[in-house]
Amino acid sequence: MPDFGFLAPYDYSPLTILAFMLVLAGYGYALLNMKQQARPGSLRIVIFVTGVLLCYGVMQTRFDYYSQYMFFVHRGQHLILHHLGPFLIALSNPLPVFRFWHQRMGPSLLHWLSPLGWAYRILQQPALAAFLFVGLIYFWLWPSIHFDAMLSRPLYWTMNWSMLLDGLLFWWLIFDPRSPVTTTALGYGKRILMLALVAVPQMILGAWIVFSRGMVYDVYEVCGRAWPLAPETDQLLGGLLTWIPPAMMSVIAILIVLRRAMHEDGKFVKSRSKAPSMAGENAS
Amino acid sequence: MRHWLAALALVATGLLFGCSGSAENWHGKDISGLMPPLEFELTDTDGESMTPEASRGSIRLLYFGFTSCPDVCPTTLTSLRQSIHKLPEKYRDDITTLFVSVDPQRDTPERLESYVRFFGDQVVGLTGSEKDLRDLTKRYRTTFGYDKPDASGNYNVSHSSAVYVFDRGGEARLLLRPGLTTQQIGDDLEKLASES
Repeated sequence: MPDFGFLAPYDYSPLTILAFMLVLAGYGYALLNMKQQARPGSLRIVIFVTGVLLCYGVMQTRFDYYSQYMFFVHRGQHLILHHLGPFLIALSNPLPVFRFWHQRMGPSLLHWLSPLGWAYRILQQPALAAFLFVGLIYFWLWPSIHFDAMLSRPLYWTMNWSMLLDGLLFWWLIFDPRSPVTTTALGYGKRILMLALVAVPQMILGAWIVFSRGMVYDVYEVCGRAWPLAPETDQLLGGLLTWIPPAMMSVIAILIVLRRAMHEDGKFVKSRSKAPSMAGENAS
Repeated sequence: MRHWLAALALVATGLLFGCSGSAENWHGKDISGLMPPLEFELTDTDGESMTPEASRGSIRLLYFGFTSCPDVCPTTLTSLRQSIHKLPEKYRDDITTLFVSVDPQRDTPERLESYVRFFGDQVVGLTGSEKDLRDLTKRYRTTFGYDKPDASGNYNVSHSSAVYVFDRGGEARLLLRPGLTTQQIGDDLEKLASES
């Protein structure tokens, strides 16, 4: 009999479980009830569900225990919450699902939700989004703040949720499937610029952690490690996880955006040169 | 999005805590508001169940360790004893050290009793089932683990190296990290003890 104890949450959070269940249920319901031609293909569904399950896995399984008591596992947790998970979710293009639910919301509900729309539009200003993306990493890794966050349960949950939500906002801005030619979506050049810009400070921070002689994050020292790993090794591995994989993900994302830009290069030229005012009709 | 705003609000609160902490100038780390108040139900060295009620009104120093601990535990307990010894006499009896053994397998009440006696009268030895100990360490965001036993059955235990300080009302106040001098610990304890 295999041991499934690993799948049980270390720090049970009903709100987190509810949020993930709502997302999966909302996605599944939309898939079953939307028009055939709008429905994402199976590969996109698999990518979306993988992204969601990865995020759930690092928050509500035994993995979370190791994240709390090992610096490098913690860095791995944030790599998934802030990078890989949201990256996959945004890449899977859940736009048809958003549209499905948007159409089903009554006008009064939409009215009530409009402040969220404003906040969303403010947060998705490219400069602000890039600043927030890097700023949150620096904020939570600021040694004194990191110490507090690892000691306080509410702060710890705030940290993880803020990373996940910011990751979703950022990667959605980058992988917005709508073409900037025909819609107000961010231009490909700006997306690539953002990806390159956010990579540099992350590399500096990661390298700084790797090459620090002393213990930067002694909270793991104070609160006991999950198993006896040399503190220097823990810090080194954590630094590498802050440095290399996020930089690689920026590069991969740049390639994906470039490919999309090149794909669209010839597509709209003719219609644009003939009648600029008609360009919007290509949106569908 | 609402989560996000709630998160921001919480972060702001966290910063406020941080600010008020640095303004007060403790040698230890100010953990007011970061951790829940003192709460446990463990077994004392007489084999009786004990809760924080028993030491209510005194300042509690909570420390996790084990009696076979080669260096960290004796060093910490000794420095706590010396710090308390330096306090003005009126405060000395107001400080209770709670030594929680996270090695219940080896640390029987008798063994714990003779161990804590060595570090003074105001040291209380406590332990419990592994589950109770897991719950308590989790409450204070720490953990412990066991190494594989060697040929003669001895094994090492990893545990927190910090001392949690709770005020007379049982609120979490300070975290004494290793490396503080007895003078610094004494200063903090005196300041805390002089609070009404």
